[in-house]
Amino acid sequence: MNNYELMVIFTPVLSEEDYKAAQKKYAALVKENGGAIVHDNPWGLKSLAYPIQKKTTGLYWVLEYTAPSDFIEKLNIQIRRDESVLRFMATRLDKYAVEYNARKKSGVPTGTEKAAV
Amino acid sequence: MAKANEIKYLTAIKPEKRAKKFCRFKKYGIKYIDYKDAEFLKKFLNEQGKLLPRRITGNSLKYQRKVSDAVKKARQMALLPYVTDLLK
Repeated sequence: MNNYELMVIFTPVLSEEDYKAAQKKYAALVKENGGAIVHDNPWGLKSLAYPIQKKTTGLYWVLEYTAPSDFIEKLNIQIRRDESVLRFMATRLDKYAVEYNARKKSGVPTGTEKAAV
Repeated sequence: MAKANEIKYLTAIKPEKRAKKFCRFKKYGIKYIDYKDAEFLKKFLNEQGKLLPRRITGNSLKYQRKVSDAVKKARQMALLPYVTDLLK
């Protein structure tokens, strides 16, 4: 079991229900394959830094989960088939990243605030 | 024997001393650089959205690599632009 973070940009034409349904679909897929959801965070509509498929905005969604290492293949196939997805990226998290995310969720300072000055 | 055209001062002028650069990740104990935090990553980019060299940021090699990986991920997910003008 490893820790992963999946970020998906959905097309902005998706309705509120479809956006929710898509999130549920992938969350269910993780659970079906022996994984567990740690945290999920829908960012909502956000403007893109550059146009993707002639769209200037996108619906962002970040999912943190744990899953066996062979799950990523299945996930990639499912997401690539999905036409409402503009772009996605799954990243494996190391122990420092897990700690950082946990701190960020609970509102504890992550240490980057000092360095930002 | 001193040269004739050499200027001599009564008090020796000190050359201007710059503050020593440091790696902010080492100093503040930051172990993970988040690609989702675009505002933070912008500190390591110039106006065109290019990565600043270590010479200027003072990052250690280990963390400069991590910054560069994070910036590249952020670019891929359209959080930061690949090319632009007037980023800041």
